[in-house]
Amino acid sequence: MAQHTRTVPAGTPTEVTQNHVKGGVGESTLRPDGTLKVTGEFAYSSDMWHEDMLWGQILRSTVAHAEILSIDTSEALTMDGVYAVLTHEDLPAAKNYGMEFQDTPVLAYGKVRHHGEPVALVAADHPETARRAAAKIRIEYRELPLITDEASALAPDAILVHENRDDHHSGHVPHPNIVHRQPIIRGNADEAAKRADVIVKGEYTFGMQDQAFLGPESGLAVPAEDGGVDLYVATQWLHSDLKQIAPCLGLPEEKIRMTMAGVGGAFGGREDISMQILASILALRTGKPVKMVYNRYESFFGHVHRHPAKLYYEHGATKDGKLTHLKCKIVLDGGAYASSTASVVGNAASLSVGPYVVDDVEIEAIGLYSNNPPCGAMRGFGAVQACFAYEAQMDKVAAKLGMDPVEFRRLNAMEQGTIMPTGQPVDSPAPVAELLRLVKARPMPPERQWETAGESADVRALPGGLSNTSHGEGVVRGVGYAVGIKNVGFSEGFDDYSTARIRMEVINGEPVATVHTAAAEVGQGGVTIHAQIARTELGVQQVTIQPADTQVGSAGSTSAGRQTYMTGGAIKNSCELVRERVLEIGRRKFGSYHPAWANAELLLEGGKVVTDGGEALATIADVLEDQAVEVEEEWRHRPTQAFDLVTGQGNGHVQYAFAAHRAVVEVDTELGLVKVIELACAQDVGKAVNPLSVVGQIQGGTTQGLGVAVMEEIIVDPKTAKVRNPSFTDYLIPTILDTPTIPVDYLELADPNAPYGVRGIGEAPTLSSTPAVLAAIRNATGLELNKTPVRPEALTGTL
Amino acid sequence: MRVNFTVNGRPQEADDVWEGESLLYVLRERLGLPGSKNACEQGECGSCTVRLDGVPVCSCLVAAGQVEGREVVTVEGLAEYAKDREQARREGGACASGACGTSLDAAKKWEAKPGQDSQTGEGVELSPIQQAFIDAGAVQCGFCTPGLLVAADEMLERNPSPTDADIREALSGNLCRCTGYEKILDAVRLAAARQERQEEAV
Repeated sequence: MAQHTRTVPAGTPTEVTQNHVKGGVGESTLRPDGTLKVTGEFAYSSDMWHEDMLWGQILRSTVAHAEILSIDTSEALTMDGVYAVLTHEDLPAAKNYGMEFQDTPVLAYGKVRHHGEPVALVAADHPETARRAAAKIRIEYRELPLITDEASALAPDAILVHENRDDHHSGHVPHPNIVHRQPIIRGNADEAAKRADVIVKGEYTFGMQDQAFLGPESGLAVPAEDGGVDLYVATQWLHSDLKQIAPCLGLPEEKIRMTMAGVGGAFGGREDISMQILASILALRTGKPVKMVYNRYESFFGHVHRHPAKLYYEHGATKDGKLTHLKCKIVLDGGAYASSTASVVGNAASLSVGPYVVDDVEIEAIGLYSNNPPCGAMRGFGAVQACFAYEAQMDKVAAKLGMDPVEFRRLNAMEQGTIMPTGQPVDSPAPVAELLRLVKARPMPPERQWETAGESADVRALPGGLSNTSHGEGVVRGVGYAVGIKNVGFSEGFDDYSTARIRMEVINGEPVATVHTAAAEVGQGGVTIHAQIARTELGVQQVTIQPADTQVGSAGSTSAGRQTYMTGGAIKNSCELVRERVLEIGRRKFGSYHPAWANAELLLEGGKVVTDGGEALATIADVLEDQAVEVEEEWRHRPTQAFDLVTGQGNGHVQYAFAAHRAVVEVDTELGLVKVIELACAQDVGKAVNPLSVVGQIQGGTTQGLGVAVMEEIIVDPKTAKVRNPSFTDYLIPTILDTPTIPVDYLELADPNAPYGVRGIGEAPTLSSTPAVLAAIRNATGLELNKTPVRPEALTGTL
Repeated sequence: MRVNFTVNGRPQEADDVWEGESLLYVLRERLGLPGSKNACEQGECGSCTVRLDGVPVCSCLVAAGQVEGREVVTVEGLAEYAKDREQARREGGACASGACGTSLDAAKKWEAKPGQDSQTGEGVELSPIQQAFIDAGAVQCGFCTPGLLVAADEMLERNPSPTDADIREALSGNLCRCTGYEKILDAVRLAAARQERQEEAV
């Protein structure tokens, strides 16, 4: 993220606790959008419809790296039903956009830099007409050499993916094909290595993962009478989109009115722009509403993926099981455009040690530019790849020392007060050892569950399942553990804030609170907890949640596990200000009737003003009558600092989150098929604002980690840099048959800096899930397995 | 071409349908029934699952012309379908298909029942499986939900007391990316348990 200095002091949680409210913080209230979602009435971005609307279609590059010699749209333009065919020459204003670097062309000009890059655009009266017209656009390419990995990116004669860089990292990177490089040096790793009785080195490869949200990129752009556009889209951050869209349309931001349409999952993949600018350009050009919906094939090209990575690790330890040092290098492939690669690099570097105490480290993380698909935000954001490597290392070091892997981890586990490799002290609970203890203490799932009384094996409980490949022959069980650390919120000095507008008024004699934020509800249940917080702080039952749009200030991104903390914090803060105003009005009106108005701590509970002793002074209805109180305020977490570009030192993160997993797997060692039997998780959540949603997040994150472990990878052909499996037929995500029981233990150790003590929960479970499964498969098979995902070939030696 | 078929018990006609259009497209874009979802449009994810003459199918893989004269139930009609099925079971009527007869005229004039709020869903009657999905926390982003509901309802119709393995098998064609499936299992178990309790009460 761009570096900003913070200008407004952070709000601090007040000491007043309003906790006698039904449906408030800490209860498993049900989703306010639940009924609409189960009846099919909830309007997702792909459900938008407008009288007279056209359909937009993108033509994408068929090659990964090439000069564009010519584009011929003439034949497409002659088709019946086609309203517009556009190329970069038709762009109304800025030709590039981007979240951190403005390096991404709206439509390719000069050259294309990855397979599937948008080159031309069609609007037609039927989606099939638009597709056929797009297919009639002729593009002549002259292919260029490919950058596909670190060696080709940094070779002496390497072609530059981007020439003439002028982004904020271009001045310090060692090569223009490196987006960002972050070293972290603390202590003296070489000296410390001399104390080591064992040294373990490993090389690890993490495959490219897709967010695979189910709701495809889609939305509707409606041209407005004032020359602007009304845009209904699914995104993680409305205001970040707006900032990128406006220059490309050549319009002031106020002429682009964005409303959040229903979001069918996100997981990082909607943090960047997809169809927003393109649909708007078509709408402005044709004067008609334009709907765009990617199909699944296109969706694989329509958003950034999780960075594939190569990780080189060296750990040392003494005989008594203490880690001496760590040296590591992490190479993340950012693909053709930067997206959030620089921030992912910062995360990977600063979290590369894992939740362990290691005083002497030498760390380097780099993010490459290449001609592979662009990579950026996905749940876990750089910490996932590191966790896969350091947890494999922990098992290897423990094995070499002859120690139990969990005991070894607990011996080196960080705790509150530990200094991070960046020099930042961990100043809130870090119950790493306790989380490991919890997952280890769980009873083991019964052995041989496929055996049924007196009948043949239930193949559904076996590796291979209904393929009926085994009745238990050659099946071996394994158990593995892992634990991880993830930062919460935006880091490295970013001015991270959210905004909440809260209105309180009396309707039909009842006090009603209205919450308006721009926070993206992507499924996580933000709308549920927003109402809970308003109830808790304002003592009302009725809360209306306004749709998220750009008519209110930015909420920041629904990512980095930050929304409960940040928009939750903003809502709490604005509610507290509303409460103060209500009490002020009450004091003015009724202050002379009762001394408590002046000298007691006053709360709003059950629709009344009450003293902290429980005495009711007035109803909110009597205080407010027909007056409404409204507050819109920004709220910030405490400031962070940039990491030093040479030493990596700096208080870069806001908060840390921790989760641990135990995986139990059964492997058909003859066929290399894996069945995960159980994937238990323990996590510290700070405060479970909505316990039902908390557990749902942990189970969902765990499952995405499981997917990486045994099935998920976007396969990019190294010879052509083309994506080989852009479909749900070839890119597999876990089904209900692949997903085991996921028992969850959570701790609630409050972070004193965070509203209600909350800790961001969405990401941490995605980290440790993958290495726990890998550890369990290693335990079952004795194989080294240094790559995700583990496919049957890797287990049967037929690779 | 014109396609005539029954959707959620109401006769429907769709005009100017291009031969390559799927049932999913016709439901979503021509009949104003976007509840069936377009997650993959290649038959892999199950989010577009509907009942076609009672059989769960991926509506993205059914050509619109194939449904001529047939009966389709979508998530939008699931509550009514389940209610009619329950009533038919008790009274021995013949309405289990959901095609309980609404004239084309009535269908064209369809509007929300009084007391129902189409913005918030308040006052809407839900089928047991729909209610269970809400209660168990099985809905997050909700994009897989319609397909899962249709599939789960059909399974409970066939198998009112499923084991976990039965549930997993029946729902294995429906992808969910948010929940890790645990709460979906909870929801189906809950719906089955409530159904059993209701049986006992009767």
